[in-house]
Order: sequence, then structure tokens, then C-alpha cells
Amino acid sequence: MAGPPMGGQSMTGPPMAGMNRPFPGPPPSGQGAFQQHGTGPTAPSGYPQQSGQFGGLMSGPQPGMPGAFPGSPGGLAGPPQKKLDPDSIPSTTQVIEDDKARLGGQVFSTNIRGQVPPLVTTDFTVQDQGNASPRFIRCTTYSLPCTAELAKQCQVPLASIIKPFAKLPKNETPLYVVNHGETGPIRCNRCKAYMCPYMQFIDGGRRYQCSFCNCVNEVPVFYFQHLDHMGRRVDFYERPELSLGSYEFVATLDYCKNNKPPNPPAYIFMIDVSYTNIKSGLVKLVCDELKTLLEKLPREDGAEASAIKVGFVTYNKVLHFYNVKSALAQPQMMVVSDIAEMFVPLLDGFLVNYQDSRAVIYNLLDQIPDMFADTNESETVFAPVIQAGVEAFKAAECSGKLFIFHSSMPTAEAPGKLKNRDDKKLVNTDKEKTLFQPQKGVYEQLSKDCVAQGCCVDLFLFPSQYLDLASMADVPSHTGGSVYKYNNFQVATDGEHFLRDLRKDLQKSLGFDAVMRVRTSTGFRATDFFGAIYMNNTTDVEMAAVDCDKAVTVEFKHDDALSEELGAFMQCALLYTTISGQRRLRIHNLSLNCTSQLSEMYKCCETDSLINFFAKSAYRAILNQPVKNVRDILVNQTAHMLACYRKNCASPSAASQLILPDSMKVFPVYMNSLMKTAPLVGSTELSTDDRAHQRLSVMAMGVEDSQLQLYPRLIPLHDVDASGEAVPAPVRCSEERLSDSGLFLLENGHAIFLWLGQASPPDLIQSLFNVPSLAHLQQEHMFTLPELDNPLSKKVRGIISELLEKRPNSMKLQIVRQRDKPEMLFRQLLVEDKGLHGGASYMDFLCYVHREIRQLLT
Amino acid sequence: MSTYQEFIQQNEDRDGVRFSWNLWPSSRLEATRLVVPVSCLFTPLKERPNLPPVQYEPVMCSRANCKAVLNPLCQVDFKAKIWACNFCFQRNPFPPSYAGISEVNQPAELMPQFSTIEYIVQRGPTAPLIFLYVVDTCLEEEDLQALKESLQMSLSLLPPNALVGLITFGRMVQVHELTCEGIAKSYVFRGTKDLSSKQIQEMLGLTKPAAPGQQGRPVAPQEAAASCRFLQPVHRVDMNLTDLLGELQRDPWPVPQGKRPLRSTGVALSVAVGLLEGAFPNTGARVMLFIGGPPTQGPGMVVGDELKTPIRSWHDIQKDNARHLKKATKYYEALANRSAVNGHSVDIYACALDQTGLLEMKCLSNLTGGHIVMGDSFNTSLFKQTFQRVFSKDYNGDFRMAFGGNLEVKTSRELKVCGAIGPCVSLHSKGPSVSENEMGIGGTNQWKLCSLDPSTTLGVYFEVVNQHNAPVPQGGRGAIQFVTQYQHSNTQRRIRVTTIARNWADAQSQIQHIESSFDQEAAAVLMARLGVFRAESEEGPDVLRWLDRQLIRLCQKFGQFNKDDPTSFRLSESLSLYPQFMFHLRRSPFLQVFNNSPDESSYYRHHFVRQDLTQSLIMIQPILYSYSFHGPPEPVLLDSSSILPDRILLMDTFFQLVIYHGETIAQWRKAGYQEMPEYENFKQLLQAPLDDAQEILQTRFPMPRYIDTEHGGSQARFLLSKVNPSQTHNNLYAWGQETGAPILTDDVSLQVFMDHLKKLAVSSSA
Repeated sequence: MAGPPMGGQSMTGPPMAGMNRPFPGPPPSGQGAFQQHGTGPTAPSGYPQQSGQFGGLMSGPQPGMPGAFPGSPGGLAGPPQKKLDPDSIPSTTQVIEDDKARLGGQVFSTNIRGQVPPLVTTDFTVQDQGNASPRFIRCTTYSLPCTAELAKQCQVPLASIIKPFAKLPKNETPLYVVNHGETGPIRCNRCKAYMCPYMQFIDGGRRYQCSFCNCVNEVPVFYFQHLDHMGRRVDFYERPELSLGSYEFVATLDYCKNNKPPNPPAYIFMIDVSYTNIKSGLVKLVCDELKTLLEKLPREDGAEASAIKVGFVTYNKVLHFYNVKSALAQPQMMVVSDIAEMFVPLLDGFLVNYQDSRAVIYNLLDQIPDMFADTNESETVFAPVIQAGVEAFKAAECSGKLFIFHSSMPTAEAPGKLKNRDDKKLVNTDKEKTLFQPQKGVYEQLSKDCVAQGCCVDLFLFPSQYLDLASMADVPSHTGGSVYKYNNFQVATDGEHFLRDLRKDLQKSLGFDAVMRVRTSTGFRATDFFGAIYMNNTTDVEMAAVDCDKAVTVEFKHDDALSEELGAFMQCALLYTTISGQRRLRIHNLSLNCTSQLSEMYKCCETDSLINFFAKSAYRAILNQPVKNVRDILVNQTAHMLACYRKNCASPSAASQLILPDSMKVFPVYMNSLMKTAPLVGSTELSTDDRAHQRLSVMAMGVEDSQLQLYPRLIPLHDVDASGEAVPAPVRCSEERLSDSGLFLLENGHAIFLWLGQASPPDLIQSLFNVPSLAHLQQEHMFTLPELDNPLSKKVRGIISELLEKRPNSMKLQIVRQRDKPEMLFRQLLVEDKGLHGGASYMDFLCYVHREIRQLLT
Repeated sequence: MSTYQEFIQQNEDRDGVRFSWNLWPSSRLEATRLVVPVSCLFTPLKERPNLPPVQYEPVMCSRANCKAVLNPLCQVDFKAKIWACNFCFQRNPFPPSYAGISEVNQPAELMPQFSTIEYIVQRGPTAPLIFLYVVDTCLEEEDLQALKESLQMSLSLLPPNALVGLITFGRMVQVHELTCEGIAKSYVFRGTKDLSSKQIQEMLGLTKPAAPGQQGRPVAPQEAAASCRFLQPVHRVDMNLTDLLGELQRDPWPVPQGKRPLRSTGVALSVAVGLLEGAFPNTGARVMLFIGGPPTQGPGMVVGDELKTPIRSWHDIQKDNARHLKKATKYYEALANRSAVNGHSVDIYACALDQTGLLEMKCLSNLTGGHIVMGDSFNTSLFKQTFQRVFSKDYNGDFRMAFGGNLEVKTSRELKVCGAIGPCVSLHSKGPSVSENEMGIGGTNQWKLCSLDPSTTLGVYFEVVNQHNAPVPQGGRGAIQFVTQYQHSNTQRRIRVTTIARNWADAQSQIQHIESSFDQEAAAVLMARLGVFRAESEEGPDVLRWLDRQLIRLCQKFGQFNKDDPTSFRLSESLSLYPQFMFHLRRSPFLQVFNNSPDESSYYRHHFVRQDLTQSLIMIQPILYSYSFHGPPEPVLLDSSSILPDRILLMDTFFQLVIYHGETIAQWRKAGYQEMPEYENFKQLLQAPLDDAQEILQTRFPMPRYIDTEHGGSQARFLLSKVNPSQTHNNLYAWGQETGAPILTDDVSLQVFMDHLKKLAVSSSA
């Protein structure tokens, strides 16, 4: 197993600039954060066994991996030599399939502390037996290093990705609601942790010791219960808060704003009716869709109708509010042109119950497109629109969500007016970060106001050019909102795609006006938070709303040594308002192991969670430092984590051998993919708005979404069993896996491509498109598959619609022929290949990392 | 002296003028010694059914600073076709169109019976009238409903081509667009933000920012179209507007317990003024404000929204405790002035049980000639009929309202104009006939009357400037010309010219004549106006002292008495009623604030300074009629002795009509005698005052409060507070008779007042 001659060559990698210092961003995610842990000593250190001659076949001297990025010197040196067998390097698809085969379809009981759950890509059923389901919380490692030194040594970040409102499959029980009566939920007197399975009842059940702060508390009289011979309360199984990892408490008035029970939330639809949106047909599309969509507002299980109120605003340079009170024969429009100091012109009649006012709302939605049909107003305002929403909620004393359908940069004279600051010259300079930073001032304050009022903003953008998304998305990204973007929107090609997004978004289950607090047992604590959140202080995570797809990544640091025996506990408590206007506390508890053995820690790592953390911390870091530095830090930390494993956990072997912990076998491919994502790849060819958009959308992602984003699914369809149930197993994301005569489906949660090989068999094309050959495909075929009555067509459409159903966002289907121009977009997602806009191939990256590791080890 | 009375009556009928003195003292010194200044009440648009307007332009004196209009007092040389101006003595040729005149072919303006003449002139395009409703929506449901109905009804009364607009307000201010189909559209303004006229117009989209490349293109039509969204011809939008009014809801903002609704009257008015200012400057327009409570927020706020803080009373104001008073008054004054400059008038229809801030807002109507109507609720016939009467028509079928009036007073050189008191603003026109001595709104000889009606009456005050040593030649006459330009309600521009002349008299030799030329009614009203005008800025007691002083001086001047012998004091017939008027004036709500809220005082004063002489006199000294079985109805003394058990009294104070049933009558009525056929005469007796009251109710504007009460009824206080308290609890037993009703008051009675007056008048030390 001769190592590759890499080290010996002129490996002048770039200076490891960021190696020993954290991202100096607001949340320093330094080495302490990036930690590691390894497979057990017996674990086949994965990789070397597979590829004996791995390095030897590397293409000549690699001029430093980052050279592959624009802006850094470098390029291909010399003709490629003999190729390394791509099958020999760790395969993500293989890892996924293995996990599926091992754990797929099984029950995962959460009764064991520090248990590593199946991968996010695996289908399994969770049985809550005292720890929160991995659907709610996943960790980078389930076995924490006992001491800060150990954590520092391995550099594996300690973090949890919490998705408090994760959707549960039908076969899992929804959370129980516990009511502790007028005095509110029972909490530890000192640390205020909520009653949970980790509380130790002592003294015959009269007192309990808090497992978070060790304080001993009296058990309230009404809550007293005897203990059995095990020291457990007799009512252990009757009380969710004693036996389950996740449950909810009914909150009392103390938990409500101004000690008043909240009103049901409201949704306000704010439609930009400037020239662009009218002309594109968007306004009509939205109005028509809302008529049916409003029937499907989220509601409590068993409720007859949704309690959510709705309101409507249209705007261009001024705002138009609508009075749709049910008593009116027709809606009334109220124009507010005082955009400098926005206010809501009416209360009663603006936010209404859809069921009551349906006739008036229909009338309104019918009229809006006509009313503005002749508009030639092209200027818009934006900040006042959000301000109007906040004021409306303030007046109605409720929380809620704004759906804003906006077309262009707000250039009208008003607060939050934006100007074009898109300067491609900044790319790859120290000032590149300014492209990601929102414009200061108005939007900052607006975010604050929104969060204070529980006003979530969902932004649907329909730009035809740069609109400073970084600034416009500032409020949504602090209020638990989502930003959707449809470049050059056309109803024919993007209409359905947009409507799918709108429908999904509107129907999402969610909580409003939320505050989240993560409590931990002594020895460690939450230090940093990433997500579509707002932090007023260092501990309370405020979210105007949080839906089933939003996740908060929480980083932990050691305060003190942890005990292997006691383990570590965390409790995430989320106070929120339900869609029917009830105040609740949602509690997720998780217990973790602690270890002083690095190998144990590495064994319990989870790559998908790690990469989620790395993505978020890197995306935040680029706000404050050059993209290149961030990439360097990522590479270095990757190398460091792996080197630490090699040094401390792997059995001795030749230095030239690359040894990876089993749990991180595919970590490099994700890391490489991350560095090739638009925000991190300094390329002038990418639109600034797209980069900012991707940056922000990843910040709120959970593990499933970030995994798919960074390793898209490439499904071969040419030899699909059209009659069977199964979906073909995905193949690796590399051009080499494509074949000229093949048909592939590629999706990453945001886009979905159907790739048609040059030599696709005509019968396949016939069955799918009803045209004799590829050459007959017209432009109109490129966005939708016709509904044909043959098994293949049905199967393919079935697969696509299932994917669309499953993902949180809609994906626009694009059909690309090999070697057609749009193929570029498709190829961008083949993450194992060299990046189109820069970035190394998986293979090159691996070699580079290996070289770094070797340098570290010597 | 029936001749003088006839003369006065004739002059009033023909020219709408009543002078305090109908012979003028020939020198400045003598004039001041007469105490009551040479002054007149002038009703510019007095209804003259027999005065057909002429269809040509007036002929004017060619002297630049004179421009007096040719009138019957001018000397005309028919041969040379030259006329001499009787004010500046300029000799002017007649215009070519007058070529054919001769002694037997005179134009109307030279005939003596046409001392008042009206010209219809063609100047510029005629603009339609504009009515902008500004409606408070913070009303009780019932009130709002009634108001909505009144407004809907009013649409049918407006001239079809008039432009109409609607602004509603509560916590917000909404300007309604009237042309839109389908969705009712309105522009909304925050009720707390003071906006400049420019901002308002921008926000309403009335000003198009000059787009590059478009400069130089005429934008006028576009602009007119833009403003038309808010002001539309009635005939085009009455359906729309009727629906809009029908759909009008109460202010949708919840009012918490213990709070007043937030009412943005100040901003609403500012928007209304701003809208008109931008779109229709110098066009006849009426802003009609309907309010059901005081402004509680934003600029012009009169009281906070906390119910526990009551609205300012006179007591607060005297103690300087009215927090918002100064600021609000200043705000509304600024608005009023802007409005006046543009010739737009503001009406206030305030219907509420509590005060609505008229004190602060009164200037809006006072300066612009708008109406103020005060009632308890919009759901009363008082409001409904009064409002309807705003749109009443004259014998020609034209509205009894005129706009954009401009009154100019020209005097012959012995006289100068000191000022005017009435619903007008100064136009600051300096001229040779303007006195430095100001009385009322002075320093000018031209005033703007944004809106006027046939009863609008100004008090105009003059000064004799002729020096004592340069007396006017015997038989000389002084002349005054009133030139009133205005927009008739049928949108014609008209000019009415009234030229009057009076003889000069030497006060020393002809004091008797002067005395007999005294018009005590006119003088009382004119002095009262001066008093009321002073009361707006001075403390009440100071004004009373000033009035008393004037009265005493007048009595000293004209009374016949032996020094220091009160019993010898006599006044001639032409002055005999004057002290009594003053007595009642002193007790009137125009000068006394006791028992009146500041709003009421403002309301009473508002009407007092604009009504004609007859109405003004009723206000000063209410009229009392008595009905009994003893004879036909008769006017009786306004005295407590007139209150008898077997009488029904009808008192007209202008603002109130009180029918008072004496004790016995009330008992009979209670017993139901009027239902019995054999007591038909009793029924008729009961009916008689009702019929008379009905007659008054039907003609008066604003409609008086109608009170039907009886002996011992709580409403009887309206009567008891007006009558001369000749019998009070203090002197009841001294009189020892059972006639009349004692009044529980410490006010002095007329008798006591007169005794004091006599004493002071004859006192040699005074």
C-alpha cells in the first residue's frame, strides 16, 4: 500500500491562513467548534482497504487545491496521468444505500442515551421512549468528548440541529399536550428547566433533583406521586413529561404578551401590482390561486375551519388596503400614500375570517387584476409594505405571516429604498462580503419590529434583474420566513412551480411568536445559534414564526468536564402560539453520552449533521471575511479532524495511506461540494442575488435539506422497471455515471432535471414525449412531461411528483438534452466533478486533503 | 318722527343698509362726541325680487385709486357724454356703448331707484360650485345613520353640475374616490400627522412629478382629471355616492373603556383644505364638516382621549388650564386663513351632547363665511331641517348662497373706513378711504366673504375725518359706495353696487335733527357687534365696563335732566329703547359666559355677527308673545311679570323657541280638556302658539331649538333666564302681589339697571 508520492512533490498549498483561528464572524466557530471523533479501533478504517493504489494514480502535481477556484493562482498542470478508479473512493450513494439496507423500515426507539440514529436518507419509524426523535434533534456527535481539551484536539464541532416543528410521519404519534393547571408547567426553581424524564425524584417522591443544574426542588402537592421500587414515579407511563422525549405544555397567561391570551394569527397577502407583475400575469395567477388556496389554511386537528384570519394589500409606490368585511356588498380599497410613516388605515374588516367573508374576498380577487390592468407604475416600495404588516398585527394584537409577492428593486422614494450595488469587481476581493451584507438601517429595525410583534415574512420574488436580495431578504431571514425567487418569471413555464411553492408554504404547519431556549446539563452550554432567527441576547432564540422545515443549528462549548457516567442532557423549550391562537410550550429533550476516548467520539459522529453545521457557519463567516479565507478554514479543519483521527484512533499504517473514520467516510465529498456552492465559489458568472439567496436559504435548513442540497440525487431512468414500485437506486453525482443512451433524473431539493442522453433510445423518447426522437423536442417540451398513457411515462411522472411532494420546496422541472446549452445548469449539480465555476473534483479534493493530513501528521 | 322710521325702513328695503346715524355730524370732533360711531349694518345680497340684474359691465371712474362705479349721485353731462365721479370728482367720458344716452334715455344705474344695482359680468370661465363633505364616523350608529340619510338626501338638492366630494374621518382620514366602479376606493391619511398642502396633493396623486422630457407640455387637463377623481359632478356620481354613503361604517377602530374615540378632525380639515387649494383655488367651494365630538388626536386636538379629562370649560380657560386651546386655535386659524385666501368656506355641523371644540374651530366658519350649526344629535329635526335649509332656493330657483365675495367700500373724502365686523377677512387693501383708526377688522376697505347668503350682514364702521374748522358746506352730502363682487350660485360672476348718501349736519346747531336721525336698533346691534368683537380678545368684565361707559356717555349727551337729579332724567323717543337693549345685551350669552360652554358662546357669537338687524335684535332682546282667553295674542314685556298662570307664552330668542304653559293652562292640559268637544276653544288656544312657532321654525336658519314646556318644567329655565327679573326671591314680598313669577336670581332687574344709569348719567362727577 504505497502511499501516493504526493508529499514528495512540490505541494505548495496555500498558506493555512485560517487554520488556527476561528471565523471571526459574530459567532466564532473556531476550532473548538470543529471537532472530531473516530471509528472504533476495530472499525475498518474505511477507505484504505478499498483503494490500495489510491494516490499513486493521481494526476501529477496538484497546484494546491484552492487553485481550482477562480482568483487563486493555479490550473491544470500537465496532462492527466493514469486515472484513479473513481469507484475506489468512498461513495455517498453507497453509504446511503448501506444504511437503508441496515436500518430502513425499522423502528428506532429512543430509550438509549447517546444512540446514533439512522441517516436522514433512510426511512425508519421513531418510537419516543424518553429522548426526542432525530426528526426534531440531530447532533454532530452523540458522544461528547469529556473535556474541552479533547474537543479542541479533534476539532469536531459539537452541535445540534433542532427542527422543533418537524413533520412526523402518519405512523408516529403527534406530541401530547400536558396541562399543569393554573400555576403553569412545573419547572426547576433555579435553572427553570421544564419537568422532563431526566428529573430524579427523591425523598419518596416529595422532591426532585434537576438533572440540568442539580438543584433539589419540592414537588408541588398536586403533582405528588409515590415512587416504585426502581425509584420511578408510579405514574411514569401516564405522564408524557416523565416518559417521553418530546411533548407540549399548555402555557398560562404568564407566558403571554402583556398577560393576555393571544389572538389567532393572521396571514396578509401583499401583492406588488406594478407594471412588471401585471404584465407577467403573476397578479392574476396569485389572485386566482388564492381563491382555492384559502380554503386550505392550516388548522388544528379536528377543527372545522382555520382560525387564521386573512387580509389583503396591493402596492406599487403606494399601498392599497382592502376592507373585506363580510357585511359589505363589495370590497373597499384604501390607499395609503404616506409611505414615510406607514400605518394601517383600518382594523375591523382588514383581517377577516375567510369563511365569513368569502364572497367579498372572491369579489376582490376577481377585481384586483382588472383594477391595475392599465397600470404603468413601475416603481415599488418594500420596507413600508412590511411595516404595514407589522402595524396591522400590532393593531390587531396578533402574530402572523406576510406573503409578499414582489417584482423589482424598491427604488421609489421611501424608507428602505435600495440602489444597485451589484459590483462584480468585488468578487474575490476582501470586499466581496459586502455583496452578502444587507444594507444597514431600515431593514435592521424592521426585523426587530417584526420579531417583537411575531410577524413572519415570506417573500416571493419575481425579478428580471438584480434587486439586492441580500437586503430584501434580511427581514424574512430573521423572522423565520422563506424567500422564493423566480427569475424572469413567466406564467407558462414557472407558474405551476411557483404555485406549488405557494401552496406548500401556505399549508405548512407552524408556530408563531416563538422563543426558544436550549438548556444543557452542567459542563457544557449552547454558545451559538444559526437559522432564520433573531437574537436579542445570547440565550433566547426569537422567531416570529417557525415552520416544519426550519431548523436552528446550535453549537455547544464546554464549560467544564463532563462525566462519562452521567452523560449530558439538553432540553430545547419553545414557547409559541399555535395556529388557533393558543400559547404552548414545546419541549424536546435529548441525552447524550460523554467519552474520554476520541475513537468513541468519532464513532458517534454524523456526517450529515456536521456538514449542516459547517455550511451554516461558513455561510455566516462570509459576511465578515473573504470567501477565500473561509474556504481555507474549511479545508484546514477538514484536514485537522481527519488527521486527529488518523493520529489517535487508526491503527498504524503507512503515512501515504488516507484513513477516514467510518462515520466520516463521505465527509470530504460533502465538504468539497459545500465549497463549490455558489456563495463560496467566488465567480463573476454567478448572479449576486442567487448567491445571496442560496446563502440565506441554507441558513434555515435542517439536516435532510442540507444533505440533499450538497449531494443531489442522480437517478437513472433508462432501465427503470416501469411496472414495479421501486425507484431506481441513485448513482454518484458525476459525469462519468452518465451515458449517452441514458435518461437521468437529478434533484437537489431546489431544482429537478431530466437529462436526456444524446443517444437516448427513440422508444423512450416516444413513450415520454410522444415525439419520434430527441430532435423533435421543442421548447415547450422543456418544462413539463406530457401526460401519456404508457407505463414508462406514468412511472417517470410518478417519481417526479413523489419527489415534488416530499421536498419542502417545489422544484422546477427542466428537461435538458445532452450538449444543449441548459445542460450547464445540470452539470453544476454533479458535485463529484470539477466545478463549472471553480472548485476541485472530489478526487482532487481528496488528494489535497490527504496531503494536508500528512503535513499535519509530520 | 314717523318720517325717519319710514326713511330707515325704505333704505333697508332698497339697499340693505341701516345706519346708526342718518344725519352725519360734519366734523371729526362732533362725531366722536356722539359716542355711537357713524356706522351701518350692510346686507350685501339682500333679496331684492324687484331688482333684475343688468347684463353689462359697470362703468367705473378712470382714476386708478378710485374706480368708483357710475351711480345715480353722479353729475352727468349728457351733452358732453361726461360724468363726474361723486367720490373723487374725476370727470370721465362715457364708454362708446353709452353713446345714445340723454336725459330721457338713461341707463338704469343713473336712476335714483337703482341706488342698488346688480351687474352680470362675463369674466373668465365659470366654475361649478364645489361641495366637499367631511364626515366624522365616530358617531353612534343611530346618529351616523341619520347623517348618512341627510347627506344622501342633500345630493338631490345640489345643483346637478356642482362638484361633490367626500372625506370621512375617525382615527384615520379617508378621501374617497368617486369614479371607481366595483371597488370603492379611498386614500387614507394618518390622523396624527400634520401634512403640508403639497404633501397632501402628492399623496393624493394630484401632482405629477415633472417627468424628464415631458416638461413644457401642458399638464392642465391631466391635472383636472386627476382631481376629478375626488370631486365629481353630482349628476355623474350621485348613484355611486349614495351607495358609498350607504356603506359608510362607523369608525372601525375599537374604543377602549374610558376613552373617547380618536377623532382626527384637524387632519381631515387640513386634507380638505389642501385638496381644494391644489385643485380649485379661487373657486366657490364649501367644505361641510359634520362632527359628533371633539378632535381628540393629531394637530388641532382639543381634548385628549381620556374620558376622565373633561373638555375645557370657561373656568379652565380663565384659569389658563386649557392645555390644547392655544395650539388648536392657532392650527385652525392657519387653516381658516388658507381656506379664505382661496375663497373656500367651511361649514361646521356639530351634533353632540358635549362640546365638540367649536371654540377652537369657529374661526374656520367665521373667517370663511361658513355656517355653524350646533345640535344634540344628527337624528333630530333641528339638524335635518337646518341642513336641508342650507340648500334652500330663492324665488328664482337659485340657491341662497354665493361664493367668493369681495366687498369694497368707497367713501367720499370726508369719511374713512375704520373696519368691518362680520364673516369676512381683510384683503389688506390700502387706499385713501382707509382710516388708521381700526374698529373690527380694519386697515382695509376691501374684505373677502368666501361665502355669503341673502342674510349675511356686516357691520361697517366709519370715521368722519373732516376737521372742525373746515365744516362741510350746508346741504352737502356724504356718499358711500358698496361694491360687492361675487359668484352667484348659478356660477355667474356678478357685481352689486349700492351707493348711498346722507346729509351732513352741524352738530351744534342741528343736534336735535341728528338725535332724531338716530336709529337705535341699528345702533344697538352695531355697538353689540363691537362688544362681541372685543369679547373675543378681552376679559368679559372689561367689555361690560366699556359698554356701560358708552351707554352712560350717550345718555349724558342726549338725555334731558337736571344735574344730580336722577328723577329728572328723560330720553327722547329715538333713544328710549336703547338702554333696554343694552340691559339685555349685558345679560345675553354673547357677553356672559356663565352657564354657557365655550362652544355655546362661540356658536352664539358666530351667528350674532352675521345676521341682519331684525334677527340680531331678537338675539339681544328675545320676543315674548302671550296667548290667553282674554284677547288675541299680543307681544308682552320680556319680564317676569308676564309669566302668568292663565297664559301661554311663546318666546323667540332666535336660537330657541320656547312655548311656556302657565300653571293653570298646564293643569288644564294635563286634565285633557282639549280633548273634550266642549272645550274646543281651549284646544285652539293651545294650538295657536304652536302654529306661530311653526311659522318661525320654517323660515329660520339655523332652525331654533324647539322647547315645549310648562310652569315648573325643567326646560322653563330657558324662559326664566331671559326675562327681566323684576320679581325675584329678594323682592317678591316687597311687591306683595301675586302677579308674575319670581325668578330665583341675584341678577339686577331692568328697573335697578335704569336707576343706576340715571344716577350715573346725571351725576356731575361722572
